[in-house]
Amino acid sequence: MENVGALALLLAFCIALYAIIASVTGTLKKKPFLTLSGERAVVVVWLLVSLASGILVYSLITGDMRMAYVASHSNHAMPIFYKVAAWWGGQEGSLLFWSWILSTYGAVVVLTNKGKHRNLMPWVLSILSTVQVFFLILNAFVVSPFQVLAVDKVVTSVPDGMGLNPLLQYWAMVIHPPMLYLGYVGFVVPFAFAMASLIVKAPGESWIQSTRRWAIVTWLFQGTGVMLGSAWAYHVLGWGGYWMWDPVENASLLPWLAATAFLHSVMMQEKKGMMKVWNMVLIASTFFLCIYGTFLTRSGIVSSVHAFAESPIGKFFVVFLAVGIAATVWLILDRLDYLKSESELESVVSRESSFLFNNLILLASCFAVLWGTMFPVISEKFASEKISLDAVWFNRLMVPIGLFLLFLTGVGPLFAWRRTSMESLRKNFQWPGIGMLITVAALYLGGMRYIYSIISLGLCFFVTATIFMEFFRGSRAISEKSKMGFIPAMVELTHRNTRRYGGYLVHMGIVLMFVGWSGHPFNQTAIGEVAKGDSMSVGAYTLKVLDLQDSDTADYQEATAVLEISKNGQPLGTLSPARRFYKVAQQATADVALRTRLNEDLYINYAAVTNGKATLQAYVFPLVTWIWIGVITLIGGTFVCLVPSKVARSYPRTEVVGIAQEGKRQPAVVHHENAQRGSE
Amino acid sequence: MQKYGKFAVLMAIIVGSLLWLATNGIQNSTTYYKSIAELRQMGGGAQARNVRVGGDVVGDSIVHEGTFVKFNLVQDKETLRVAYEGRDPLPDTFRGGAQALAAGRMGPDGVFHASEIQAKCASKYAPKPGMAPEGLQPKGVGKPTQAMPASTLRTSL
Repeated sequence: MENVGALALLLAFCIALYAIIASVTGTLKKKPFLTLSGERAVVVVWLLVSLASGILVYSLITGDMRMAYVASHSNHAMPIFYKVAAWWGGQEGSLLFWSWILSTYGAVVVLTNKGKHRNLMPWVLSILSTVQVFFLILNAFVVSPFQVLAVDKVVTSVPDGMGLNPLLQYWAMVIHPPMLYLGYVGFVVPFAFAMASLIVKAPGESWIQSTRRWAIVTWLFQGTGVMLGSAWAYHVLGWGGYWMWDPVENASLLPWLAATAFLHSVMMQEKKGMMKVWNMVLIASTFFLCIYGTFLTRSGIVSSVHAFAESPIGKFFVVFLAVGIAATVWLILDRLDYLKSESELESVVSRESSFLFNNLILLASCFAVLWGTMFPVISEKFASEKISLDAVWFNRLMVPIGLFLLFLTGVGPLFAWRRTSMESLRKNFQWPGIGMLITVAALYLGGMRYIYSIISLGLCFFVTATIFMEFFRGSRAISEKSKMGFIPAMVELTHRNTRRYGGYLVHMGIVLMFVGWSGHPFNQTAIGEVAKGDSMSVGAYTLKVLDLQDSDTADYQEATAVLEISKNGQPLGTLSPARRFYKVAQQATADVALRTRLNEDLYINYAAVTNGKATLQAYVFPLVTWIWIGVITLIGGTFVCLVPSKVARSYPRTEVVGIAQEGKRQPAVVHHENAQRGSE
Repeated sequence: MQKYGKFAVLMAIIVGSLLWLATNGIQNSTTYYKSIAELRQMGGGAQARNVRVGGDVVGDSIVHEGTFVKFNLVQDKETLRVAYEGRDPLPDTFRGGAQALAAGRMGPDGVFHASEIQAKCASKYAPKPGMAPEGLQPKGVGKPTQAMPASTLRTSL
């Protein structure tokens, strides 16, 4: 069985190599049959990698304890759900999972582009296959998931495996890695289309239009993956935090930031034919940051609490990154004339310039996070001392960056293209601006003294007001014109231009997340060693210990504290935080008790048992729920963006209508001015 | 050209203030990675810096004294006495034999005063005695790797 799997991977490697060669020669020598065989090879690679993956999953489910991977990541007692999840629970399996997603994406690209992009496709497929070859080298030759256990070359098996860490046996943790991987891997497709159009110097922006959905879906996966990890940390680990600027967290955030910049900046290219070089750089950065993130998690180069085992694959990644980046840079520099901008910036107060600043800030934040993450490595190289930067440093930089982005979220979409008149500034920003000032003043007079929280909440009000005004004005116009109710008019409005109004919803999600983050300085904590009958208090809450119970199951021992909760003397019922000790894994986990309300969470962690007393950590986290509400809003808004607009969108903009005859490519262009402001 | 001047000034302001934020007060947010031997060599200089030091927790050295926890870390045969004085309880994976990272400062008494402990549970994922006899090695292509899933533990923000 495992030999079939290993063989499938080996064959997949050969066929992926063939796909590159066939596609490239096919298109260069104009041999359509060769190109076609390249496409089919990509599908065959998918079949083979699926076969290998199927075999691994089958072994995990049946518990084939001869296999090293199964023995170290699964055991007989685990529910089948977690057995399947063990596929991406360890190094070898997760790399196979990477390959499988990549090959699936490859097959989908082939099937959805039949008869389309004929000149681009061979290059797209050869780029996808190159990445695939790299991962198949790792799968087939370096960290094979199909190793078996053996004593003196005689295959043996162990009675039971080591299982999955109980801390990871949580639903969000099962879907968190696949989400991240779907994100990490997905950016390869827009990247491949971008590079392919650069290689053949394809006219127009077809690569952007044909990969817009890919980019958005991938961005959604990546963002959801990051936030699921965050939610898991908050709900399971018992420390009450959701982000600590750990290298692995940063690795997942980096491509997301670059991709956010990309999604905004392509609008400039679609609309005005500007920033072409920049977009190439952004999509390439996103892709390489994905590979870099995978490298960071796998190589153990920066020590992280999420460490995978140190392994020999680090240097493969370094080589791949170096070669890939060098090739991309060369390609872009070689084709700069093709990427010439078609129009110029006209005013600082314009949509173009707000996009520009949005890009600058996102890139700066990306660079800051990268710098902070790699600082131990950089300082070791150049100052021969290994120095790490802690969360304080990240927050000092990222909080102002975040607030500036929040500000741009409010003003950017309402600036007109080219330049904005004073009249329109007044019309759009007068009331939100006044409202913001009132909010800030009210918060200050109300006794709030954290400057960042005040600014953040003020800006949240401002952005929310601008978004509501946009919906309100548009819906009112429709409802007056076509005599429909206000709510149906709002749906109609959104449906007419899903990109624009879906985008506003995404922005709204970000605003809600900022509301949640603004509560952070007001967190309250208390820690107490309590026995039965004792009380402790945190903030306005009082916790009275009604009982301390112990129980014992086959899987774990459990200690539970039954607490009577009251706030300002008002009884609120009971909460029961618990602490489990898993016997097989010799691992303790917390079962946090949480009372979630929109204004604040009461969070109680049963931290330790000492001499018959319970150590309880109690926290009050104001506004934290808004983070999760924001995430859900963001996901909803992204789905709206993916729905095709009802009114067919045409791009009344610069178009290439012909190529001049001279040797140098000098596209003749026609300008259509775009009267209507903003259509995304 | 004037409008490009405006852009340049705005960008310079943004980039400049970010650089200022990144460098100003960097001393307070840096932590130096040191081995126990290096910590010894630094002598008194070690007391002025935040240091992160790693090692294995010596099994029978863990003593609870009120909210303090004292234990010894050993790395390359060098032993370091550590007093954990942090607010948070120790992580679930902290126990004798575990790999631990202690962050804090060296005290004048020669004891390392840690404010934060991270522990990685090494014993669980290494083959247990009796389960994987001596000489049991994964066979096949490539080198065997130690299996350690993403055990994700943290003690403080």
